[in-house]
Amino acid sequence: MLEVRGLSKRFGGLHAVRDVSIDVPAGAITALIGPNGAGKTTTFAMIAGFIRPDAGTVVLEGRDVTGMRPDRIAEAGMVRTFQITQPFAGLSVMENIRVGAYLRTADTGAATAQARQVGETLGLGAMLDRPASALTVAGRKRLEVARALATRPKLLLLDEVMAGLNPAEIADIVSMIQAIRASGVTILLIEHIMQAIAALADHVYVLAQGALIAEGTPRAIANDQAVIEAYLGRGAAARMATHA
Amino acid sequence: MKAVALVVLALVPFALPSQSMVNIAMLTAFSAFIGQCWNISGGFGGLTSFGHAVFFGTGAYAVAILQTRYGLNPWLGLPVGFVAGGLVGAAIGAASFRAGLRGSYFALVTLAFAEVFRILSNSLDFTRGGLGINIPLGMGVGNFQFADRRATYAVVLGLLVLATLCAAWLRRSRFGARLAALRENEDAAQALGVDLVRTKTLALALSGGLTALAGVVYTQTYLYIDPTIAFGSERSVEMLLVAMIGGAGTVWGPILGAVALHIVADVSRSFISTPGFAPMLYGVVLLVIIGVLPQGMAGLWERLRRA
Ligand SMILES: Nc1ncnc2c1ncn2[C@@H]1O[C@H](COP(=O)(O)OP(=O)(O)OP(=O)(O)O)[C@@H](O)[C@H]1O
Ligand SMILES: [Mg+2]
Repeated sequence: MLEVRGLSKRFGGLHAVRDVSIDVPAGAITALIGPNGAGKTTTFAMIAGFIRPDAGTVVLEGRDVTGMRPDRIAEAGMVRTFQITQPFAGLSVMENIRVGAYLRTADTGAATAQARQVGETLGLGAMLDRPASALTVAGRKRLEVARALATRPKLLLLDEVMAGLNPAEIADIVSMIQAIRASGVTILLIEHIMQAIAALADHVYVLAQGALIAEGTPRAIANDQAVIEAYLGRGAAARMATHA
Repeated sequence: MKAVALVVLALVPFALPSQSMVNIAMLTAFSAFIGQCWNISGGFGGLTSFGHAVFFGTGAYAVAILQTRYGLNPWLGLPVGFVAGGLVGAAIGAASFRAGLRGSYFALVTLAFAEVFRILSNSLDFTRGGLGINIPLGMGVGNFQFADRRATYAVVLGLLVLATLCAAWLRRSRFGARLAALRENEDAAQALGVDLVRTKTLALALSGGLTALAGVVYTQTYLYIDPTIAFGSERSVEMLLVAMIGGAGTVWGPILGAVALHIVADVSRSFISTPGFAPMLYGVVLLVIIGVLPQGMAGLWERLRRA
């Protein structure tokens, strides 16, 4: 579905993303994890057309979309959400979701029906006529997903949709993401919460200081020395082994 | 309810014998019309322009030049002015939005364009420079010159209805939804497939085309146009003020704003005639509105209704 090859980005002296290659097979949930500042969001921004990469290519369903405008990429079927939620604060929840729905229809009645249906499926039914600014953190995360989903994407890029939520809310979102995958949408997600990764991901890529350091199944990644050291510091894997 | 009340109010002047009362009604409707034109891009799209006179002046000169140079019928000024204003809007929009200008940068660019047009019209022979253009007197409906102010009022009212229908369309259509999304959050809108440059440019072109119609009607009413009348910033400020006071981004805002502004201006004029008082008063009114009622009078209406 998505093939990312050799993606790189510098911000001044900082090499934020270095030679990152990722494959996202159709129908799967692929995860991108890594410590804070690893370059995950920057990678998403390049894939979705918000930041032009210094090098590398992004190929969606065999079509080179590198450097294409974000709205064109959305039209091609790949839509991102934002880690820092970006609601249309002055619009109602329904109007927010409907902007996404309008990507596939110009008809207001059809777009409204589609937005309602997506909103209700994602548990925003009671909030549809409230202003988006009235949503809680969990509500805003749902709204990010709902708007993206209303565009009927083939591939959904989710950037930390569980951060800042309580365990019950996380469990809700995990089942929501499973339902989205079951409906035929391919997913690439950035996440910090390991239980969620274990429950959701088929394949995991680990990014640290801009470069990929490991990939594999969630179970293999959890036991990978390089990954443990990237998260806990040099020598952490050895210390854990002796304490165990 | 609101609509019915407005229609009744709008029709009252036709029954009035006094030309001066009709004139006040005409000027109020004219303000409401240009405020609504500004509102289409500035309110619904958040494209705050300080230089909408560039469109007004384009329409005013289009109809003046059409008649005096080419001897064409002034009614043709409406379609020609609309297209010319639309093209100027599209050009300014494409240049600004491609360059990623927004907010106060965009506002300043529009102001600069209006100034450039004023200076050009002041120095070119084609526009007769600072002398301005006199339209030869020739009263008659066929010649788009009305002896009776009520006829002018009817034309302005028609244009106001047209612009308000455009505003209502923005509230219900995909185009309007995309424009509002860009106003609220450009990144999020683009992520959902909204073409930023195209959407904003079209909005400015529509607003520019409609604003130019006001210039056409102005020229045909006063039969004289010069660079300051056409492109001066006073006109730009009036449009912005009317929309902001009434409620930018609302369908009825500019109408409420125009009525309020004319009442305030007329009442204050009858008490204080110091020159410079009116602009100062406008400034104070605007500050109060922005501070107390960010959504203008239409926002107050909403708040009262919900309370
Ligand atoms: N526009 C920018 N200009 C300069 N530096 C940037 C920019 N965007 C990101 N960075 C830097 O690039 C690095 C990678 O940032 P990025 O947001 O991609 O990390 P992340 O993996 O998403 O982190 P987090 O888990 O905290 O969200 C960070 O050091 C960040 O400060
Ligand atoms: Mg991030």
